[in-house]
Amino acid sequence: MTTCWHIFNIGLQNTLSYRVNFFARALFNLIPLLAIVAMWRAIYAGKSGDVSGYILAQMISYYLLVTIVESMTSVTEDDWQIAAEIKDGHIGQFLTRPIDYLHYRLCLFFSGRVVYTLAATIPVGLFVYWHREYLVRPHDGVAIAAFILSLALSAVLQFLLSYLIAMLAFWVLEISTFVFILLACERIASGQMFPLDILPSWLAQAVMWTPFPYCIFFPVSIYLGKISGAALVQGLILQVLWVATLYALARLVWRRGLKTYTVVGG
Amino acid sequence: MSEPVAIPANVESATAPQAPPGWRRYADVYAALWRNSVTREMGFQVNFFLWLFVELLWFALQLGFNSVIYLHTDSIGSWTKWEVVMLIGASHFVQQLFQALLLVNCAQLSELVHTGRMDFMLLLPVNTRFLVSLRHVDLGGFISAASGLAVVFYAAHRLNVTPSLAQMLSFSLLCGAAILIHYSLMFLMATISFWTVRAQGMVMAYYNLFSIARIPDAAFRGAGRVIFTLAIPMLLVASVPVKVLIDKLSSPAEIILLLTMSAVTFLGSTLVWRRALQRYSSASS
Repeated sequence: MTTCWHIFNIGLQNTLSYRVNFFARALFNLIPLLAIVAMWRAIYAGKSGDVSGYILAQMISYYLLVTIVESMTSVTEDDWQIAAEIKDGHIGQFLTRPIDYLHYRLCLFFSGRVVYTLAATIPVGLFVYWHREYLVRPHDGVAIAAFILSLALSAVLQFLLSYLIAMLAFWVLEISTFVFILLACERIASGQMFPLDILPSWLAQAVMWTPFPYCIFFPVSIYLGKISGAALVQGLILQVLWVATLYALARLVWRRGLKTYTVVGG
Repeated sequence: MSEPVAIPANVESATAPQAPPGWRRYADVYAALWRNSVTREMGFQVNFFLWLFVELLWFALQLGFNSVIYLHTDSIGSWTKWEVVMLIGASHFVQQLFQALLLVNCAQLSELVHTGRMDFMLLLPVNTRFLVSLRHVDLGGFISAASGLAVVFYAAHRLNVTPSLAQMLSFSLLCGAAILIHYSLMFLMATISFWTVRAQGMVMAYYNLFSIARIPDAAFRGAGRVIFTLAIPMLLVASVPVKVLIDKLSSPAEIILLLTMSAVTFLGSTLVWRRALQRYSSASS
């Protein structure tokens, strides 16, 4: 635990140098979101009734929450850094030290999240404040507790997905294509572009079998009170199962990777 | 470590006296750059196909998103489903052609400065902006662009529109102007961020910004519409060419606006580039 705390602190200091980058990134991330919100406004202006149970105000609050969840949980530089550390041979030092690489990166990831969330506070805060009439309160006390829990799990889940993609650096020279493939899957299937329950129900159900909805859609739906009771418990169990599965997979791939790995030079 | 040497301001236009500049020479240089790029791409064939797959995946994702939206509505403003499909196709076409010819080079500008290789570029007897903008060609971009064009034609078929030759020529011309806007804005961002933002972040910013071109302009009102038409003309780059193809222009002024904005953004990027060169001091010496 104390080791993790030290790594967390070092991570904080290192990532602080990225703060301008993070700020710019958070700012530019808002642009497509503004466009999508504008598009939904135009759609609702031209029709009567709701969209799969979402009235305009709920639709906008959905996107507000996506923005908040995303700025607190999404992976920023970690995948590139891990791949670079594998390629440059920096992971060699972890083989001789009593620090586990996965845990080391996880601690760094959390310090990165803290810095990113702070850097994103101003742009995201302004965006939310501008739409504050749509920001609903969480459904109830249970929803708040479950939301915080699933938020933490979704951060770990997103980290593990990126970690697994970065592990490909053991076998391939360039991982960027794979990073963008993962990013595309996350965009469409995590609920970042639209609430997944506006999909035709067979498709929505199929998507719920992948880990992606548990990255964004699930915590947001808990907050909005769309998921509660037995479905909430079941969802949380599935989220934990995904985290456990990907964690085991990450361990396995790391061990397989090391077998093929050679560090050249000191 | 000696003091950084300031490069004279007129270095951009400084060419060696024994090699008179002309279209012919630039065409030769450009052909050589193409040959280089083709050779380089041949060395990474798997990577080439993977990138192609990534581009097609993102394109399919946008079309999929549009299909989901139109499950729940008949129109966005005045735009029907297949009109927006055409808009997404045209936006992809423009963006991919830009990516094929120019994007990588803009993204690498800050790296050239950081590594000091910019000095070398400045010393070569060709226009520096020409060289840094067109050094690499991304061949996959052309194939991707073709997929965008195919979607435009298919959407035209679904809309029962048969564009005339004049319409197709105007479409091509306007797409050219749109590419110029993409290039000028990206080059401007690259020049401004010489010393601050890393290339990765800049390309992300670019994709975020240009995602607006795929949204029907009718969705934007008020300040948003003014900003994304007159300051960052994202609402013109794909929608004006499409409107020409399907006879949707509200007035010819939209065409003039797109052409004017492409000239304005290009001039803007030229001014900033000149300023940046004046202030440039080498990173390596």
